[in-house]
Amino acid sequence: MKKIYLDNNATMPVKPEVLEALLPFYREQFGNPSSLHWAGRMVSGAVEKAREQVAALINCSPAEIVFLSCGSEGDNFAIKGTADALKDKGNHIITTSVEHPAVLETCEFLEKNGYDVTYLKVDKDGMLNLADLEAAITDKTILISVMWANNETGNIYPIEEIGQIAKKHQVRFHTDAVQAVGKIPVDVQKANVDLAVISGHKIGAPKGVGAIYIRRGTRLTRLMHGGHQERNRRAGTHNVAGIVGMGVACELARQNLEKNYTYVRKLRDKLESGIKELVPEIKLNGHPNPDLRLPNTLNISFAHIEGEALLLHFDLKGIAASSGSACTSGSLEPSHVMGAMCVEVILAHSSTRFSLGTDNTEEDIDFVLQELPPIVQRLREMSPLYNRDEPTPLSCDECRIIRRI
Amino acid sequence: MYTDKVMDHFSNPRNVGEIENANGVGEVGNASCGDIMKIYLKVEDNVIQDVKFKTFGCGAAIATSSMVTEMAIGKTIDEALVLTNQTVAEALDGLPPAKMHCSNLAADALHEAIKNYKEQNA
Repeated sequence: MKKIYLDNNATMPVKPEVLEALLPFYREQFGNPSSLHWAGRMVSGAVEKAREQVAALINCSPAEIVFLSCGSEGDNFAIKGTADALKDKGNHIITTSVEHPAVLETCEFLEKNGYDVTYLKVDKDGMLNLADLEAAITDKTILISVMWANNETGNIYPIEEIGQIAKKHQVRFHTDAVQAVGKIPVDVQKANVDLAVISGHKIGAPKGVGAIYIRRGTRLTRLMHGGHQERNRRAGTHNVAGIVGMGVACELARQNLEKNYTYVRKLRDKLESGIKELVPEIKLNGHPNPDLRLPNTLNISFAHIEGEALLLHFDLKGIAASSGSACTSGSLEPSHVMGAMCVEVILAHSSTRFSLGTDNTEEDIDFVLQELPPIVQRLREMSPLYNRDEPTPLSCDECRIIRRI
Repeated sequence: MYTDKVMDHFSNPRNVGEIENANGVGEVGNASCGDIMKIYLKVEDNVIQDVKFKTFGCGAAIATSSMVTEMAIGKTIDEALVLTNQTVAEALDGLPPAKMHCSNLAADALHEAIKNYKEQNA
């Protein structure tokens, strides 16, 4: 069976150049870069080279890059590290209602520990009102945390403008740039960002490696204690092979940024216009202007049907995508991003994300456009909501009871 | 995550549709959970002659709906009332734990349809 992978915002394959570059670091170059001897010396240069490659992609100094295990660690580090380091200055954090759980749940954790958090609302297109953001700043505000781009809708946030606001009010600015890096230009200097988090496996490096940019002079309390690695900012033996892979992946992303943008954007636009043409009663989730979304991401709801059923049918045809339905989120509610955008609950259950990569081809998109309409129609024919006259039952007491517990 | 039987009933659901002149119709579930099941019955001489379903929901919701129609056809209404969401799930060789609440309502929908039949024929 043909296999078509359209879930690159979840993860993507390790790029061949990356794999080739990192394998020696599992074999002959096995040393611990913190060791003084020949085995350690053999690899410490590789870690520093990777640091330069990561720094070059986001335009910072290599000394401002700290390697981590993943993007979630970076968001935890940035937010908890700031909360602790600046606790004498204030206890207020501003973030958005559409952040990744690594940010949202970290903020919720801090709320239980005496911090106040403002979760900025978004409009129906998923965008922020920057006047709201500025108005939320108080003399207790110690951090603004806004993602560079949203993982579900692909919406790109005005990070440079937010950086200006943060600078004007002298508030620290963190951005979860995990989905943006490698897909659109990310320049931490230009955007006046103090902390930026990136993840290896979203750009073709292995899983288990990430990095955080910490602007020089930014006080951040450590998350990991136990060693002097990373200039005392992050304890733990370096994941040397992962770090080397991340460096190469960043180098490739930097060299091919424009080419890749144009390529995946063309495929995504083809998929988007194809679905709009072939399937009635759909809703685009995210900003209608494709320039304001990541070039690879398309999120669409299909009226009257449920997302997991759709994904299972796609899977039976070899197509991998993802859904914001409650059934696939592991909770009882559909995606918090759809909720924040006030997407109607039934449409939220069918929100389907296609996230393309440079491995996709025109033929892949043609295949999806051939298979998708009959699957949607079949599920609609099966749905009691399709061509329904009577009102739809909307709420569930039992769910609310479960949620309260 | 799903058993082969669930995937079989999901990809080839039995008895999808509506029954014209159904003499019992039942609907359970709601949109916020993401599952709504509607069951149509044709009952003659206390025996379920035909069952059809329409379901909005995930793979488990569709598979349990399909399974309950197979289990109910040919049964008397008293026999059908003995079917539970649990026995439907067991007939599918089990469901993932997370699916036991929201998506396992097919027997409830059947019971609603039987209740509706009894009310109509009281």
